[in-house]
Amino acid sequence: MKPTLMIVSILALAVLLVAPAAVFLQKMELTTCKHWMFAATVIWFATAPFWMKRKAQ
Amino acid sequence: MQEEALPAQGEAEGGEYEREPVPENRTKGWKSFIGMYAGEHAAGTEFMIGPLFVAHGVSAFDVLVGLLVGNLLAVLSWTFLCAPIAVKKRLTLYFQLEKICGVRLVELYNLANGVLFCFLAGAMISVSATAVGIPFNMPMPGLNDMYPNSIGWIIAVFAVGAVISIVAAYGYDTVAHIANIAAPWMVLVFLACGVAALPELGIYSLGDFYAIAKEKVWTGVPVEGQSQFTFLHVMFFAWFCNLAMHIGMSDLSIFRFAKKARMGLASGAGMYLGHYMAWIAAGLLYAIQLNADRTDTAVAPGPMAWKIAGMTGIICVIVAGWTTANPTIYRAGLAFQGIRPKWSRFKVTMAAGLVATLGACFPALVMKLLDFVALYGLILMPMGAIIFMDHYFSARFGLHEYYAEKARIVFNWAAGLTWFVTLALCVALNKFAGVEIFFLALPGWFIAAILYIALSKFYQKSITLEGAVS
Repeated sequence: MKPTLMIVSILALAVLLVAPAAVFLQKMELTTCKHWMFAATVIWFATAPFWMKRKAQ
Repeated sequence: MQEEALPAQGEAEGGEYEREPVPENRTKGWKSFIGMYAGEHAAGTEFMIGPLFVAHGVSAFDVLVGLLVGNLLAVLSWTFLCAPIAVKKRLTLYFQLEKICGVRLVELYNLANGVLFCFLAGAMISVSATAVGIPFNMPMPGLNDMYPNSIGWIIAVFAVGAVISIVAAYGYDTVAHIANIAAPWMVLVFLACGVAALPELGIYSLGDFYAIAKEKVWTGVPVEGQSQFTFLHVMFFAWFCNLAMHIGMSDLSIFRFAKKARMGLASGAGMYLGHYMAWIAAGLLYAIQLNADRTDTAVAPGPMAWKIAGMTGIICVIVAGWTTANPTIYRAGLAFQGIRPKWSRFKVTMAAGLVATLGACFPALVMKLLDFVALYGLILMPMGAIIFMDHYFSARFGLHEYYAEKARIVFNWAAGLTWFVTLALCVALNKFAGVEIFFLALPGWFIAAILYIALSKFYQKSITLEGAVS
Protein backbone atom coordinates (compact mmCIF):
# COMPACT_ATOMS: atom_id res chain seq x y z
CA MET A 1 0.00 0.00 0.00
CA LYS A 2 2.75 2.42 0.98
CA PRO A 3 4.62 2.22 -2.33
CA THR A 4 1.37 2.95 -4.18
CA LEU A 5 0.67 5.97 -1.99
CA MET A 6 4.21 7.15 -2.51
CA ILE A 7 3.82 6.96 -6.28
CA VAL A 8 0.53 8.88 -6.11
CA SER A 9 2.19 11.55 -3.94
CA ILE A 10 5.08 11.93 -6.32
CA LEU A 11 2.71 12.18 -9.27
CA ALA A 12 0.88 14.95 -7.40
CA LEU A 13 4.14 16.84 -7.04
CA ALA A 14 4.83 16.27 -10.72
CA VAL A 15 1.50 17.93 -11.54
CA LEU A 16 2.68 21.00 -9.60
CA LEU A 17 5.57 21.22 -12.05
CA VAL A 18 3.84 20.21 -15.26
CA ALA A 19 0.73 22.41 -15.00
CA PRO A 20 2.61 25.74 -14.61
CA ALA A 21 5.04 24.63 -17.32
CA ALA A 22 2.04 24.08 -19.61
CA VAL A 23 0.83 27.62 -18.79
CA PHE A 24 4.27 28.98 -19.64
CA LEU A 25 4.22 27.10 -22.95
CA GLN A 26 0.70 28.43 -23.58
CA LYS A 27 -0.75 24.94 -23.66
CA MET A 28 -3.03 25.53 -20.67
CA GLU A 29 -5.10 28.41 -19.28
CA LEU A 30 -4.09 29.78 -15.88
CA THR A 31 -7.53 28.98 -14.45
CA THR A 32 -7.21 25.34 -15.45
CA CYS A 33 -3.71 25.28 -13.99
CA LYS A 34 -5.07 26.52 -10.65
CA HIS A 35 -7.56 23.64 -10.58
CA TRP A 36 -4.83 21.09 -11.33
CA MET A 37 -2.59 22.58 -8.66
CA PHE A 38 -5.35 22.46 -6.07
CA ALA A 39 -6.13 18.86 -6.92
CA ALA A 40 -2.41 18.01 -6.63
CA THR A 41 -2.27 19.78 -3.27
CA VAL A 42 -5.22 17.81 -1.91
CA ILE A 43 -3.74 14.54 -3.15
CA TRP A 44 -0.31 15.33 -1.69
CA PHE A 45 -1.66 16.10 1.77
CA ALA A 46 -4.01 13.12 1.63
CA THR A 47 -1.31 10.62 0.73
CA ALA A 48 2.08 11.84 1.95
CA PRO A 49 1.36 11.54 5.71
CA PHE A 50 0.91 7.79 5.26
CA TRP A 51 4.42 7.17 3.99
CA MET A 52 6.50 10.11 5.26
CA LYS A 53 7.74 8.96 8.62
CA ARG A 54 7.20 11.01 11.74
CA LYS A 55 10.55 12.19 13.00
CA ALA A 56 11.39 12.07 16.68
CA GLN A 57 11.70 15.61 18.06
CA MET B 1 19.40 2.41 11.80
CA GLN B 2 16.44 4.61 12.65
CA GLU B 3 17.22 8.06 11.29
CA GLU B 4 16.67 10.65 13.99
CA ALA B 5 15.63 14.21 13.30
CA LEU B 6 18.19 16.97 13.38
CA PRO B 7 17.35 19.61 15.94
CA ALA B 8 15.43 22.45 14.33
CA GLN B 9 17.53 25.41 13.23
CA GLY B 10 18.20 27.79 16.06
CA GLU B 11 16.68 25.44 18.59
CA ALA B 12 17.79 26.47 22.03
CA GLU B 13 17.80 23.22 23.90
CA GLY B 14 15.62 20.31 24.68
CA GLY B 15 17.23 17.76 22.40
CA GLU B 16 19.75 14.98 22.95
CA TYR B 17 23.42 15.53 23.83
CA GLU B 18 22.77 18.97 25.29
CA ARG B 19 25.78 18.82 27.57
CA GLU B 20 28.01 16.25 25.94
CA PRO B 21 29.55 15.82 22.48
CA VAL B 22 27.49 13.97 19.90
CA PRO B 23 29.06 10.50 19.57
CA GLU B 24 30.50 9.57 16.17
CA ASN B 25 27.99 6.76 15.69
CA ARG B 26 25.08 9.23 15.92
CA THR B 27 26.32 11.49 13.15
CA LYS B 28 24.29 11.88 9.97
CA GLY B 29 24.84 12.04 6.25
CA TRP B 30 24.20 14.56 3.50
CA LYS B 31 20.52 13.64 3.04
CA SER B 32 19.49 14.83 6.52
CA PHE B 33 21.14 18.22 6.10
CA ILE B 34 19.99 18.84 2.53
CA GLY B 35 16.39 18.01 3.47
CA MET B 36 16.47 20.18 6.57
CA TYR B 37 17.96 23.24 4.88
CA ALA B 38 15.70 23.00 1.82
CA GLY B 39 12.64 22.86 4.09
CA GLU B 40 13.66 25.53 6.60
CA HIS B 41 14.51 28.14 3.99
CA ALA B 42 11.29 28.03 2.00
CA ALA B 43 9.29 29.91 4.60
CA GLY B 44 6.50 32.44 4.86
CA THR B 45 8.90 35.33 4.98
CA GLU B 46 10.25 34.50 1.50
CA PHE B 47 6.91 35.82 0.20
CA MET B 48 7.88 39.21 1.65
CA ILE B 49 11.57 39.40 0.85
CA GLY B 50 11.28 38.89 -2.92
CA PRO B 51 8.66 41.67 -3.31
CA LEU B 52 10.56 44.02 -1.00
CA PHE B 53 13.58 43.79 -3.33
CA VAL B 54 11.28 44.87 -6.18
CA ALA B 55 9.88 47.69 -4.03
CA HIS B 56 13.41 48.85 -3.25
CA GLY B 57 14.14 49.22 -6.95
CA VAL B 58 16.87 46.64 -7.49
CA SER B 59 17.84 46.01 -11.10
CA ALA B 60 17.53 42.60 -12.76
CA PHE B 61 21.30 42.13 -12.78
CA ASP B 62 21.54 43.11 -9.10
CA VAL B 63 18.98 40.60 -8.02
CA LEU B 64 19.97 37.69 -10.26
CA VAL B 65 23.74 37.98 -9.71
CA GLY B 66 23.66 39.59 -6.27
CA LEU B 67 21.60 36.72 -4.90
CA LEU B 68 23.87 34.22 -6.60
CA VAL B 69 26.98 35.68 -4.97
CA GLY B 70 25.39 36.47 -1.59
CA ASN B 71 23.93 33.01 -1.21
CA LEU B 72 27.28 31.50 -2.17
CA LEU B 73 28.97 33.54 0.56
CA ALA B 74 26.36 32.28 3.03
CA VAL B 75 27.02 28.66 2.03
CA LEU B 76 30.77 29.22 2.38
CA SER B 77 30.24 30.80 5.81
CA TRP B 78 28.39 27.70 6.96
CA THR B 79 31.00 25.42 5.43
CA PHE B 80 34.21 27.13 6.53
CA LEU B 81 33.26 29.01 9.71
CA CYS B 82 30.47 27.14 11.45
CA ALA B 83 30.66 23.49 10.39
CA PRO B 84 34.39 22.92 11.15
CA ILE B 85 33.99 24.06 14.78
CA ALA B 86 30.74 22.10 15.09
CA VAL B 87 32.35 18.89 13.84
CA LYS B 88 35.46 19.38 15.96
CA LYS B 89 33.62 20.05 19.23
CA ARG B 90 30.24 18.42 18.55
CA LEU B 91 28.59 20.63 21.19
CA THR B 92 25.50 22.84 21.07
CA LEU B 93 25.92 26.58 20.66
CA TYR B 94 24.56 27.10 24.17
CA PHE B 95 26.91 24.69 25.86
CA GLN B 96 29.90 26.19 24.05
CA LEU B 97 28.78 29.69 24.97
CA GLU B 98 28.36 28.62 28.58
CA LYS B 99 31.93 27.31 28.64
CA ILE B 100 33.30 30.53 27.12
CA CYS B 101 30.99 33.20 28.48
CA GLY B 102 29.51 31.81 31.68
CA VAL B 103 25.95 30.91 32.49
CA ARG B 104 24.72 34.46 33.28
CA LEU B 105 25.91 35.88 29.97
CA VAL B 106 24.24 32.97 28.17
CA GLU B 107 21.02 33.91 29.94
CA LEU B 108 21.33 37.39 28.50
CA TYR B 109 21.97 35.88 25.06
CA ASN B 110 18.87 33.68 25.52
CA LEU B 111 16.79 36.74 26.38
CA ALA B 112 17.96 38.60 23.27
CA ASN B 113 17.43 35.51 21.15
CA GLY B 114 13.96 34.89 22.60
CA VAL B 115 12.78 38.46 21.97
CA LEU B 116 14.14 38.39 18.39
CA PHE B 117 12.46 35.02 17.76
CA CYS B 118 9.15 36.53 18.94
CA PHE B 119 9.33 39.34 16.40
CA LEU B 120 10.45 37.01 13.62
CA ALA B 121 7.42 34.82 14.39
CA GLY B 122 5.34 38.00 14.35
CA ALA B 123 6.41 38.68 10.76
CA MET B 124 5.39 35.13 9.81
CA ILE B 125 1.99 35.58 11.49
CA SER B 126 1.49 38.76 9.43
CA VAL B 127 2.23 36.83 6.23
CA SER B 128 -0.38 34.18 7.07
CA ALA B 129 -2.90 36.85 8.08
CA THR B 130 -2.79 38.33 4.57
CA ALA B 131 -4.09 35.02 3.23
CA VAL B 132 -6.71 34.55 5.95
CA GLY B 133 -8.15 37.99 5.16
CA ILE B 134 -8.85 37.28 1.47
CA PRO B 135 -12.31 35.65 1.84
CA PHE B 136 -13.41 38.64 3.93
CA ASN B 137 -12.16 41.27 1.46
CA MET B 138 -10.02 42.66 4.23
CA PRO B 139 -8.04 45.78 3.27
CA MET B 140 -4.35 44.83 3.29
CA PRO B 141 -1.76 47.01 5.04
CA GLY B 142 0.19 49.31 2.76
CA LEU B 143 3.91 49.24 2.13
CA ASN B 144 4.47 52.37 4.23
CA ASP B 145 1.96 51.56 6.98
CA MET B 146 3.36 51.56 10.49
CA TYR B 147 0.19 50.89 12.48
CA PRO B 148 -2.76 48.50 12.01
CA ASN B 149 -4.93 49.80 9.15
CA SER B 150 -8.21 48.14 10.12
CA ILE B 151 -10.01 46.19 12.81
CA GLY B 152 -10.18 43.33 10.32
CA TRP B 153 -6.37 43.17 10.18
CA ILE B 154 -6.12 42.98 13.98
CA ILE B 155 -8.76 40.24 14.12
CA ALA B 156 -7.00 38.24 11.38
CA VAL B 157 -3.64 38.59 13.12
CA PHE B 158 -5.05 37.58 16.50
CA ALA B 159 -6.89 34.61 14.96
CA VAL B 160 -3.71 33.34 13.30
CA GLY B 161 -1.55 34.20 16.33
CA ALA B 162 -3.87 32.42 18.76
CA VAL B 163 -3.96 29.23 16.71
CA ILE B 164 -0.20 29.23 16.20
CA SER B 165 0.55 29.93 19.88
CA ILE B 166 -1.84 27.30 21.22
CA VAL B 167 -0.53 24.67 18.82
CA ALA B 168 3.08 25.59 19.65
CA ALA B 169 2.32 25.29 23.36
CA TYR B 170 0.41 22.01 23.07
CA GLY B 171 1.46 20.08 20.03
CA TYR B 172 4.75 21.13 18.54
CA ASP B 173 5.48 17.59 17.45
CA THR B 174 2.43 17.44 15.19
CA VAL B 175 3.27 20.78 13.57
CA ALA B 176 6.83 19.61 13.00
CA HIS B 177 5.41 16.57 11.21
CA ILE B 178 3.10 18.73 9.07
CA ALA B 179 6.04 21.02 8.29
CA ASN B 180 8.05 18.01 7.09
CA ILE B 181 5.19 16.90 4.86
CA ALA B 182 4.60 20.41 3.53
CA ALA B 183 8.26 21.18 2.78
CA PRO B 184 8.67 19.54 -0.66
CA TRP B 185 5.18 20.66 -1.70
CA MET B 186 5.90 24.23 -0.60
CA VAL B 187 9.18 24.46 -2.54
CA LEU B 188 7.36 23.29 -5.67
CA VAL B 189 4.47 25.73 -5.13
CA PHE B 190 7.00 28.59 -4.96
CA LEU B 191 8.50 27.35 -8.23
CA ALA B 192 5.06 26.82 -9.77
CA CYS B 193 4.03 30.38 -8.87
CA GLY B 194 7.17 31.73 -10.51
CA VAL B 195 6.71 29.71 -13.73
CA ALA B 196 2.98 30.40 -14.03
CA ALA B 197 3.61 34.11 -13.44
CA LEU B 198 5.89 34.46 -16.47
CA PRO B 199 3.22 34.67 -19.21
CA GLU B 200 1.30 37.22 -17.11
CA LEU B 201 4.34 39.47 -17.48
CA GLY B 202 4.61 38.78 -21.20
CA ILE B 203 7.45 36.28 -20.89
CA TYR B 204 6.75 33.38 -23.22
CA SER B 205 10.27 31.99 -23.66
CA LEU B 206 13.40 31.89 -21.55
CA GLY B 207 15.06 34.14 -24.11
CA ASP B 208 12.54 36.89 -23.25
CA PHE B 209 13.15 36.61 -19.54
CA TYR B 210 16.01 39.01 -18.92
CA ALA B 211 14.82 41.78 -21.23
CA ILE B 212 11.28 41.78 -19.84
CA ALA B 213 12.48 41.29 -16.25
CA LYS B 214 14.52 44.51 -16.61
CA GLU B 215 11.54 46.36 -18.00
CA LYS B 216 8.68 45.04 -15.87
CA VAL B 217 10.01 43.36 -12.71
CA TRP B 218 13.35 44.59 -11.40
CA THR B 219 13.26 47.98 -13.06
CA GLY B 220 15.87 49.71 -10.92
CA VAL B 221 13.27 52.26 -9.80
CA PRO B 222 12.07 52.05 -6.18
CA VAL B 223 8.44 52.35 -5.21
CA GLU B 224 7.62 55.75 -3.70
CA GLY B 225 8.81 56.04 -0.11
CA GLN B 226 11.33 53.17 -0.42
CA SER B 227 15.11 53.53 -0.46
CA GLN B 228 17.17 52.52 -3.51
CA PHE B 229 18.86 49.12 -3.22
CA THR B 230 21.99 48.24 -5.19
CA PHE B 231 23.92 45.09 -6.02
CA LEU B 232 25.71 45.34 -2.67
CA HIS B 233 22.44 45.56 -0.73
CA VAL B 234 21.18 42.39 -2.38
CA MET B 235 24.47 40.54 -1.99
CA PHE B 236 24.97 41.49 1.65
CA PHE B 237 21.35 40.80 2.51
CA ALA B 238 21.51 37.31 0.96
CA TRP B 239 24.78 36.65 2.80
CA PHE B 240 23.71 38.01 6.17
CA CYS B 241 20.01 37.22 6.39
CA ASN B 242 21.00 34.02 8.19
CA LEU B 243 23.97 35.65 9.88
CA ALA B 244 22.91 34.38 13.32
CA MET B 245 22.98 30.84 11.98
CA HIS B 246 26.34 30.69 10.16
CA ILE B 247 28.75 33.42 11.30
CA GLY B 248 26.72 33.77 14.52
CA MET B 249 27.30 30.02 15.04
CA SER B 250 23.72 29.15 15.96
CA ASP B 251 23.97 26.16 13.62
CA LEU B 252 26.72 24.58 15.68
CA SER B 253 23.73 22.77 17.18
CA ILE B 254 22.89 21.40 13.72
CA PHE B 255 26.32 20.57 12.34
CA ARG B 256 27.51 18.83 15.51
CA PHE B 257 25.65 15.89 13.94
CA ALA B 258 27.58 16.15 10.64
CA LYS B 259 30.04 13.42 9.69
CA LYS B 260 32.30 15.94 7.95
CA ALA B 261 32.61 19.72 7.96
CA ARG B 262 32.13 19.80 4.20
CA MET B 263 28.47 18.92 4.86
CA GLY B 264 28.07 22.65 5.47
CA LEU B 265 27.67 22.76 1.69
CA ALA B 266 24.23 21.20 2.24
CA SER B 267 23.06 24.68 3.26
CA GLY B 268 23.18 25.40 -0.50
CA ALA B 269 19.88 23.52 -0.81
CA GLY B 270 18.25 26.14 1.38
CA MET B 271 20.04 29.08 -0.17
CA TYR B 272 19.35 28.24 -3.79
CA LEU B 273 16.09 26.21 -3.69
CA GLY B 274 14.69 28.33 -0.91
CA HIS B 275 16.09 31.83 -1.00
CA TYR B 276 17.23 32.26 -4.59
CA MET B 277 14.31 30.60 -6.33
CA ALA B 278 11.62 31.60 -3.82
CA TRP B 279 12.64 35.27 -3.67
CA ILE B 280 12.68 35.53 -7.45
CA ALA B 281 9.30 33.79 -7.73
CA ALA B 282 7.78 36.04 -5.05
CA GLY B 283 9.25 39.09 -6.81
CA LEU B 284 7.52 38.05 -10.04
CA LEU B 285 4.17 37.81 -8.21
CA TYR B 286 4.59 41.34 -6.86
CA ALA B 287 5.58 42.65 -10.29
CA ILE B 288 2.30 41.33 -11.75
CA GLN B 289 0.41 43.28 -9.10
CA LEU B 290 2.42 46.46 -9.76
CA ASN B 291 2.06 46.17 -13.52
CA ALA B 292 -1.72 45.85 -13.12
CA ASP B 293 -1.91 48.93 -10.90
CA ARG B 294 1.16 51.07 -10.18
CA THR B 295 -0.54 52.50 -7.08
CA ASP B 296 -1.19 49.07 -5.54
CA THR B 297 2.16 48.79 -3.75
CA ALA B 298 0.96 46.74 -0.76
CA VAL B 299 3.11 43.67 -0.21
CA ALA B 300 0.39 41.19 0.72
CA PRO B 301 1.47 37.61 0.00
CA GLY B 302 -2.06 36.20 0.25
CA PRO B 303 -3.61 38.17 -2.63
CA MET B 304 -0.42 37.88 -4.71
CA ALA B 305 -0.36 34.08 -4.45
CA TRP B 306 -4.15 33.84 -4.91
CA LYS B 307 -3.94 35.64 -8.25
CA ILE B 308 -1.53 33.12 -9.75
CA ALA B 309 -2.10 29.88 -7.85
CA GLY B 310 -5.66 30.20 -6.53
CA MET B 311 -6.49 28.12 -3.45
CA THR B 312 -3.10 26.43 -3.61
CA GLY B 313 -1.46 29.84 -3.26
CA ILE B 314 -3.60 30.74 -0.24
CA ILE B 315 -2.88 27.39 1.41
CA CYS B 316 0.84 27.82 0.68
CA VAL B 317 0.96 31.28 2.28
CA ILE B 318 -0.92 30.09 5.37
CA VAL B 319 1.11 26.88 5.71
CA ALA B 320 4.42 28.65 5.00
CA GLY B 321 3.71 31.24 7.70
CA TRP B 322 2.26 28.74 10.13
CA THR B 323 4.86 26.00 9.90
CA THR B 324 7.70 28.47 10.36
CA ALA B 325 6.06 30.71 12.97
CA ASN B 326 5.24 27.70 15.09
CA PRO B 327 8.76 26.40 15.73
CA THR B 328 9.95 30.01 16.04
CA ILE B 329 7.50 30.68 18.88
CA TYR B 330 8.43 27.34 20.40
CA ARG B 331 12.13 28.27 20.25
CA ALA B 332 11.39 31.67 21.77
CA GLY B 333 9.66 29.83 24.62
CA LEU B 334 12.67 27.54 24.99
CA ALA B 335 15.04 30.49 25.03
CA PHE B 336 13.04 32.18 27.81
CA GLN B 337 12.75 28.92 29.68
CA GLY B 338 16.53 28.57 29.45
CA ILE B 339 16.71 31.64 31.70
CA ARG B 340 14.26 30.29 34.26
CA PRO B 341 13.91 26.51 33.85
CA LYS B 342 11.15 26.36 36.46
CA TRP B 343 8.78 28.46 34.37
CA SER B 344 6.03 26.39 32.75
CA ARG B 345 6.78 25.60 29.10
CA PHE B 346 3.11 26.14 28.23
CA LYS B 347 2.85 29.58 29.84
CA VAL B 348 6.18 30.77 28.46
CA THR B 349 5.26 29.65 24.93
CA MET B 350 1.85 31.31 25.17
CA ALA B 351 3.51 34.52 26.41
CA ALA B 352 5.99 34.38 23.50
CA GLY B 353 3.05 33.84 21.14
CA LEU B 354 1.25 36.86 22.59
CA VAL B 355 4.32 39.08 22.08
CA ALA B 356 4.67 37.76 18.51
CA THR B 357 0.97 38.41 17.82
CA LEU B 358 1.12 41.94 19.23
CA GLY B 359 4.17 42.61 17.05
CA ALA B 360 2.36 41.20 14.01
CA CYS B 361 -0.46 43.75 14.42
CA PHE B 362 2.00 46.43 13.34
CA PRO B 363 2.59 46.16 9.58
CA ALA B 364 5.89 48.00 10.01
CA LEU B 365 7.38 44.77 11.36
CA VAL B 366 6.79 42.89 8.13
CA MET B 367 7.11 45.84 5.72
CA LYS B 368 10.53 46.58 7.23
CA LEU B 369 11.42 42.89 7.30
CA LEU B 370 14.71 43.38 5.46
CA ASP B 371 15.92 45.80 8.13
CA PHE B 372 14.65 43.60 10.96
CA VAL B 373 16.35 40.47 9.58
CA ALA B 374 19.62 42.40 9.25
CA LEU B 375 19.27 43.69 12.83
CA TYR B 376 18.50 40.19 14.13
CA GLY B 377 21.72 38.80 12.70
CA LEU B 378 23.76 41.79 13.78
CA ILE B 379 22.70 41.53 17.43
CA LEU B 380 23.69 37.86 17.71
CA MET B 381 26.77 37.98 15.45
CA PRO B 382 29.38 39.05 18.06
CA MET B 383 28.88 35.78 19.94
CA GLY B 384 29.83 33.90 16.78
CA ALA B 385 33.02 35.94 16.49
CA ILE B 386 33.81 35.14 20.14
CA ILE B 387 33.37 31.40 19.55
CA PHE B 388 35.52 31.57 16.40
CA MET B 389 38.35 33.44 18.12
CA ASP B 390 38.16 31.26 21.22
CA HIS B 391 38.45 28.13 19.09
CA TYR B 392 41.20 29.16 16.68
CA PHE B 393 43.20 31.88 18.41
CA SER B 394 43.10 31.36 22.19
CA ALA B 395 46.23 29.24 22.30
CA ARG B 396 48.03 31.45 19.76
CA PHE B 397 47.56 34.51 21.99
CA GLY B 398 48.34 32.67 25.22
CA LEU B 399 44.72 32.67 26.34
CA HIS B 400 42.58 29.96 27.90
CA GLU B 401 39.93 28.37 25.73
CA TYR B 402 36.59 27.90 27.53
CA TYR B 403 37.69 30.45 30.12
CA ALA B 404 34.41 30.71 32.05
CA GLU B 405 34.40 26.98 32.63
CA LYS B 406 38.04 26.88 33.68
CA ALA B 407 37.85 29.95 35.91
CA ARG B 408 34.46 28.93 37.25
CA ILE B 409 32.92 32.30 36.55
CA VAL B 410 29.32 32.92 35.58
CA PHE B 411 29.91 36.07 33.53
CA ASN B 412 32.98 36.46 31.35
CA TRP B 413 33.30 40.23 31.14
CA ALA B 414 35.71 40.02 28.19
CA ALA B 415 32.97 38.30 26.18
CA GLY B 416 30.20 40.48 27.62
CA LEU B 417 32.00 43.72 26.86
CA THR B 418 32.91 42.44 23.40
CA TRP B 419 29.22 41.93 22.70
CA PHE B 420 28.04 45.28 24.09
CA VAL B 421 30.91 47.42 22.73
CA THR B 422 30.66 45.83 19.27
CA LEU B 423 26.97 46.64 19.08
CA ALA B 424 27.58 50.16 20.38
CA LEU B 425 30.26 50.73 17.73
CA CYS B 426 27.94 49.36 15.04
CA VAL B 427 25.25 51.82 16.15
CA ALA B 428 27.86 54.60 15.99
CA LEU B 429 28.91 53.50 12.49
CA ASN B 430 25.25 53.62 11.48
CA LYS B 431 24.43 56.98 13.10
CA PHE B 432 27.60 58.94 12.51
CA ALA B 433 29.27 57.33 9.50
CA GLY B 434 26.03 56.53 7.68
CA VAL B 435 26.83 52.82 7.21
CA GLU B 436 23.53 51.10 6.44
CA ILE B 437 22.41 48.25 8.68
CA PHE B 438 22.90 45.70 5.87
CA PHE B 439 26.64 46.36 5.80
CA LEU B 440 27.39 46.65 9.52
CA ALA B 441 27.95 42.99 10.27
CA LEU B 442 31.17 42.70 8.27
CA PRO B 443 33.15 45.41 10.12
CA GLY B 444 31.27 44.38 13.27
CA TRP B 445 32.68 40.85 13.08
CA PHE B 446 36.27 42.11 12.92
CA ILE B 447 35.62 44.58 15.74
CA ALA B 448 34.23 41.76 17.90
CA ALA B 449 37.09 39.40 17.04
CA ILE B 450 39.80 41.95 17.90
CA LEU B 451 37.97 43.19 21.01
CA TYR B 452 37.55 39.69 22.40
CA ILE B 453 41.24 38.87 22.14
CA ALA B 454 42.32 42.29 23.48
CA LEU B 455 39.87 42.28 26.39
CA SER B 456 40.65 38.66 27.23
CA LYS B 457 44.36 39.55 27.45
CA PHE B 458 43.54 41.92 30.31
CA TYR B 459 40.69 39.99 31.83
CA GLN B 460 42.28 36.55 31.94
CA LYS B 461 45.30 38.02 33.76
CA SER B 462 43.08 39.43 36.47
CA ILE B 463 41.54 36.11 37.43
CA THR B 464 43.72 33.19 38.45
CA LEU B 465 42.71 29.67 37.59
CA GLU B 466 43.55 28.48 41.08
CA GLY B 467 41.47 25.47 41.87
CA ALA B 468 39.83 25.60 38.51
CA VAL B 469 39.20 22.60 36.32
CA SER B 470 41.80 22.64 33.58
